[in-house]
Amino acid sequence: MKKVFTWLSISALALSFTTSCNKDVNERTDDLPALNPANIDLSASEWKPFIATNVADFPLPAPNSVSSTAYLNELKALKQASTNLSDDQKKIIDYWKAGSILRWNEIMRELVAKHNLPPYQNDDGTYPIPNAANPFSYPVFPFSNPPYAARAYAYVSVAQYDALIMAWKFKNQYNTPAPYKADASINVSVPKSELPSYPSEDAVVSGASLEIMKLLFPADVDYINKMAAQEKSYRLWSGANVESELTAGDSLGRWVARKIIQRAKTDNMGKSVGDAAMWAKLESDCIAKGETPWISLETPKRPPMLPGFGNVKPLLFNADDVASLRPGPPPSAGSTQMRKELDEISSYTNKPTKETMRIVNFWADGVGTYTPPGHWNAIASEKFVEKQYSEIRWARNLALLNASMMDAAIMCWNTKYYYFNARPCQLDPSIKTLTGVPNFPAYISGHSSFSGAAARVLGFILPEYASEFDSKATEASNSRMYGGIHYRSDCQEGLVTGHKVGDLAIAKANADAGH
Amino acid sequence: MKMYYKWLLSNAVLLLLCGVMYPAQAQTEQDALMMPKNNLCVALSYGYSSWTNYWEGTLKRNNDNIGALSTQSATLMLNYGITNNLNLLAAIPYISVNASKGTLQGLNGFQDINLFVKWKPVASVWGNRKFSVFAVGGYSTPSNNYNIDFMPMCVGLGSKVLSGRLTADYQRNKLFATLSGAYMLRGNVRLDREAYYTTRQINSSEVYMPNAGNFLLMAGYRSRTLIAQAFMENMTTFGGFDIRRNDMPFVSNRMNSTKAGLEAKYYVPRNTALGFHANAWRTLSGRNVGESTGFMAGIDYAFKLSKHTIGR
Repeated sequence: MKKVFTWLSISALALSFTTSCNKDVNERTDDLPALNPANIDLSASEWKPFIATNVADFPLPAPNSVSSTAYLNELKALKQASTNLSDDQKKIIDYWKAGSILRWNEIMRELVAKHNLPPYQNDDGTYPIPNAANPFSYPVFPFSNPPYAARAYAYVSVAQYDALIMAWKFKNQYNTPAPYKADASINVSVPKSELPSYPSEDAVVSGASLEIMKLLFPADVDYINKMAAQEKSYRLWSGANVESELTAGDSLGRWVARKIIQRAKTDNMGKSVGDAAMWAKLESDCIAKGETPWISLETPKRPPMLPGFGNVKPLLFNADDVASLRPGPPPSAGSTQMRKELDEISSYTNKPTKETMRIVNFWADGVGTYTPPGHWNAIASEKFVEKQYSEIRWARNLALLNASMMDAAIMCWNTKYYYFNARPCQLDPSIKTLTGVPNFPAYISGHSSFSGAAARVLGFILPEYASEFDSKATEASNSRMYGGIHYRSDCQEGLVTGHKVGDLAIAKANADAGH
Repeated sequence: MKMYYKWLLSNAVLLLLCGVMYPAQAQTEQDALMMPKNNLCVALSYGYSSWTNYWEGTLKRNNDNIGALSTQSATLMLNYGITNNLNLLAAIPYISVNASKGTLQGLNGFQDINLFVKWKPVASVWGNRKFSVFAVGGYSTPSNNYNIDFMPMCVGLGSKVLSGRLTADYQRNKLFATLSGAYMLRGNVRLDREAYYTTRQINSSEVYMPNAGNFLLMAGYRSRTLIAQAFMENMTTFGGFDIRRNDMPFVSNRMNSTKAGLEAKYYVPRNTALGFHANAWRTLSGRNVGESTGFMAGIDYAFKLSKHTIGR
C-alpha cells in the first residue's frame, strides 16, 4: 500500500513537473533572424507608387558630407550609443532586426484585434457610434470591423510603400554609405548592408506608420509613439544609422503619409456608417424589388455594419467600375434554389464534425481578432520571412495584398447592400450557428472576397505556393458555410469577385519593373 | 488535473460561463468520506444549472443574444477502496449546453476524465470526537479534443489539470465541519486558430492557462444513513484576464466564483449500499463567470468486491 502510494506520488510529481514548467508561450515570430536581404532592390526607386507619385513634393535636404565635422560628430555619438548595450536594448534590437515592415504589420494586427469589438447598446436599445474626435471614451474609436480593418491595413501599407519609393530615390541620389563603412570601429549588431544609408529606411517606415496610424487608432497614440521611438533607437544602438539619417527618414515618412491621409479623408469613409433614413431605405428598396430584406439578428437590433462602405474610393479601380465588377443577384429568398442552399447549410450545422468546427474556428476571425485581412497578412508575413525580402519589397508585397483586400471589401460591401439579402438563420431559424452571425447582409461572403483576392495576389508573388493559397482561400470560404452563416452562392461569388480584384492588383504590379 | 466534480465542473467552462454543476458530494475528492477496502461505489448523477446574468470582468450584465445559458450534465463516477484509508476515484461527465435566445448553437459531448487518489493519513478519535485529514492527488484530461474556442457554448476548457488537495474534518457526535483547499496546476491549451488577443495580441495557437485554487467549507449533520450539510465553495484563478466590454469569453479568463448550497445524502437503512444524493446551490459572486444556479441529483450503489469488507 505504502509502495502504491509512493509510486503514485512520484508519478504525480513527474506530471506536475511537465505541466507546471515551461508554460511560457512562444510566439511564431519571437526568435526570427535578422533581416538580411539577398537583393537590396536598389532600382526600386523606379517602382510605381500608389498615391504619393511626385518626388518634388518632398524636397528632402541633402545629407552632411561624410567628411564634415557634423557627420564625424554623429559617428562619434553613434559609436557611444552602440557600445555597452543593456539587456533591454539588446532585446529591442532583436525584436526590430527581423524587419521594420514585418513588425509594423504585427503592430497593426494587434491594434485591429484590440479594437474589433462591437459597441454595447444604450439603455434605449440604440447603439452608440465610436467617434474619432473623442476616441478615449466608450465606445472607444474605432470599431475595427473587417471593412475598417481592410482599409486601415491598405493605407498603412501604401503609406509605407510610397514613402520607401521616395526614400529609395534619395538613397540613389545621395548614395551615402552606411556609418560602419565610414568608421569600421563602430559596433554593428545587424547585418551590414550595401544600401545607401540616407535617409534611414527604418525611420521612413516608422515615420509613415506613426503618422497614419495615429489617425486610424487615435486612442493608442502613446503606444504607437513608443514603438516608433523604439525603432529609431534600435538603429542607433545597433550602429546602423546616424541621427541625421533617422531624422530625415522620419520626416520623409511622415510627409508621404500626410499625402495618403489627404486621400483617406476624402475617400467617402466618413459617410459609410449612414443614418436611420439610409438604413430604412435599404430595407424598403429590397421589399420594392419583391425580396426578403435582411434584418439584424441581434437583440436589440443593431444597425447594419458600414452600409456606405461600398462607396469608398477604391485603390485599384475607378468607382465607376464597381457596377461592372458587382456579381449578379443571389437566389431569391423563396426560390427552390435558395431552399436547396438552406438545406445544405442545415446539413452542416445539424451535424458539425470536429474537422468542420476546427475549420470554422481557424477562420472565424470575428470579434476581438485581427479580422480576415489580418489573417491573410499573417499568412503572407510568414512566407515573406522565409524569403528575406528587402524592406521595400516587403512593403510592395503587402501594399499589393492590402490594396486588393480593401478593394475586395469595397466590392463585397457594395454587393451586400445592393441586394440586402438575409442570412441563412433569418430565413430558417432552425439553423443554429457555430460562430457569431455578422451583422450585415449575406451576399457575397466577406471571407470569400478577402480570401479570393489575397490568394490571387499572393499566388502571383509566390507562384510556388499558389495552390496552397488557393486551397486556404477555399477553406476560408467553406468555413462560413460550415459555421451556418453563409450560403454556397455567397461563398462562390465572393471568391470570384475576390479573384477579379486580385487580378487588378496583379495588373498594377505588372505596370512597373518590380516583379 | 482538474479536480473532480465540483471543481471540474465548476472550474471548467461550466462554472464559467457555461453554467455550473455540482455533482454528487458522495465520496468525491472534496469530501471527508472514504470507501472501505474492496468496495466499489458507482454513482450516477444528473445536474442542471443555468445563468442569465454573468460577470464581464467585474461588471454584471445580461446578454439578450444568449438569454439563459443552461448546462445539463450526466456524470458517471467510480470510487474504489484500495484500503480503508486509500481510495481511487474516477469520473467522466457528459455535458450539454444550450442558449435560450440568439443564434449560437450549444455544444455537447463528453468532457474530461478525472482521476483522484484519496488518502486518509490521520484519523484520531477521542470519545465522541473525531478528527481526520485527507490528502488528494488528482489528474484530469479532456476525453476528446472538444471545441474550446466557442465560449460560452463549449463543454469544457480543454486543459489538463494536476491537483493537490488537503482536507481537514472534525466531527463531534453527529455534527461535523470540513475545510478543504486545492491547488490546480493547469496545462496550457491549444486553439484551432493561430493568434488571439488577451491583453495583447499573441501570435500562437498555445494559450497560457493560469493555475487555480478551490476552497470549500462544509458543515452539517452526519450519521450512518443521512448526511445533511451546507457548503460554501470558492474558485479563484491565479492570473488570467477579464473579458473586455462586449467581448466574447475566453478559456484563459480570470474565472472566480463563490457559491453557497445545501446538500443531502441518504443511505437506505436496510441496505446502506444504496444511496441517493442531491444538492442545490447558487452563485453569490463571481468574475468572468455566469451567475448560475443549479441542482444535482443522483444515485449510488456500493458493491463489495470481496469478503473483507468493513460495513459502512
